[in-house]
Amino acid sequence: MEFPDDLRYTKDHEWIRDDGNVYTVGITAYAAEQLGDITYVELPEVGTHVKQGAHAATVESVKAASDVYSPVAGHIAEINEELEARPELVNESPYDNGWFFRLDDVESVQLRRLMDAAAYRVYVEELTA
Amino acid sequence: MTWSPATDAETREMLAAIGVGSIDELFAHIPAGLRAASWDLPAGLSEMAVRDRLARLASHNNVCLVNFMGGGVYDHFVPAAVDALTSRSEFYTAYTPYQPECSQGTLQAIYEYQSAICRLTGMEFANASLYDGSTAVFEATTMAVRITGRSRVVHHSSLNPIHRQVAETHAANLGLDIVEGDDPTDAACVVVQLPGFVGTLADYSCLAQRCHDAGALLVMSFYPVALGIVKTPGEMGVDIAVAEGQSLGIPAGFGGPYLGVLATRKAHVRKMPGRLAAATQDAQGRRGFVLTLQAREQHIRREKAMSNICSNEALCALRALIHMCLLGKVGIRELAVQCHSKAEYLKSRLGFATLLNDGPTFNEFALRLPRNAQDVVERMAARGFLAGLPLEPLGVGGPNDLLVAVTERRTRQELDAYAQALKDTACS
Repeated sequence: MEFPDDLRYTKDHEWIRDDGNVYTVGITAYAAEQLGDITYVELPEVGTHVKQGAHAATVESVKAASDVYSPVAGHIAEINEELEARPELVNESPYDNGWFFRLDDVESVQLRRLMDAAAYRVYVEELTA
Repeated sequence: MTWSPATDAETREMLAAIGVGSIDELFAHIPAGLRAASWDLPAGLSEMAVRDRLARLASHNNVCLVNFMGGGVYDHFVPAAVDALTSRSEFYTAYTPYQPECSQGTLQAIYEYQSAICRLTGMEFANASLYDGSTAVFEATTMAVRITGRSRVVHHSSLNPIHRQVAETHAANLGLDIVEGDDPTDAACVVVQLPGFVGTLADYSCLAQRCHDAGALLVMSFYPVALGIVKTPGEMGVDIAVAEGQSLGIPAGFGGPYLGVLATRKAHVRKMPGRLAAATQDAQGRRGFVLTLQAREQHIRREKAMSNICSNEALCALRALIHMCLLGKVGIRELAVQCHSKAEYLKSRLGFATLLNDGPTFNEFALRLPRNAQDVVERMAARGFLAGLPLEPLGVGGPNDLLVAVTERRTRQELDAYAQALKDTACS
């Protein structure tokens, strides 16, 4: 399973990527696989502020509904509106077309405390062992 | 259905199987102070004695009173076909339709009920039903809280005081700020009723606009029969429409069972409480029915579900569906016209009392009588009439104020006799 090196990861299986001025957030390939076929993604409102670890989005699949938490505190700068019509992008392309939202005004110190790809891989292996 | 209690031998067998010595030991984890010391039950009676006793009790009911009582529950005619079809065991004994492969009849009935409610209200989605009108009001307000992220709920003065009380009780520990009025500023929703509790009709289109401008929703509790001639919640721009569905083929019973109707717009369907049936196709392309959007519900979403509602009033919803289908579009209009015209006729015969409504009414209106309304109701009962609902005990009127409802069942002779009797009792 792919866990790209340029991302940071949370224990709740979100990823976050530094894209220069903004930080992009989504859920990992492991989370998408565990949820099964994703049928709906409820995204936050642009312009709102989210705290680190606060509920920011909801993912519904054919067998479950799960909350997605913001990996860091920040301001919702953009959401992936394409997910409204094509929620399956989260399964098909979790790190690329299946992104959830973009944050700005992020404190980089919070970001550095998150897991890197190697640590997250170990974490997932422990969960599935 | 035959009910057989566990025999002593069976009880011993079950206790032995789980390794517990006695019934007392089974409940040992409940502190003694919380357990009932005695049940204070009389000795058992034979079937014959029980039947006689119940018949004697039932004989105290006066089922022949000519009914002018309303206030949320109405004396509408229920065709025999509603009872006959609803009593079929396929519907009557059906269980929760979680398995579509063995629940097509129940699911289709729910789907058609939802469709009929949408046609009636002009809304886009209706759920499979809730318990009754008052809990539907509560569910609509918490739905508005979820949608808007706000905690202020505004109850309009038109709202049924009983529904208001139930909604406040349900919300007691939810941290909501429930106020009265019609100001949508910073509110999750304003909750209005159509017609208002004392019967007055109003067009809430402007209030809907004001709510939307303020980022709030408009919740409306409506009287289903009135929609035969009155502008619908959908046309007024309502976001969540709820109702007590009793007027659609369900008899007036003491405490129900009744029917909670809830319908909304497509944009809000994922925040809607309760079951939702949908039409789909099976693997061979045949039309079929399933429960859908179940991720809103408790069995999937657990503590984050939209509501702790995890059932519906399927049999009452079926009655409402059959009743609506028997009436049809023309019939519902005719029913509404009958109720309205007969109420207007009665109004014209009550010149001795003061009409309290400040606008047009549908089939119900409030009167100020020359004497105490409760006294009048008691005297009228002796003359064969259930005269109406005194308003003072409900906190929405003075001691002489009476709420009077007229349905299609009242004949001209009954209306004339009621007017005369009310004049005699209220003015003597």
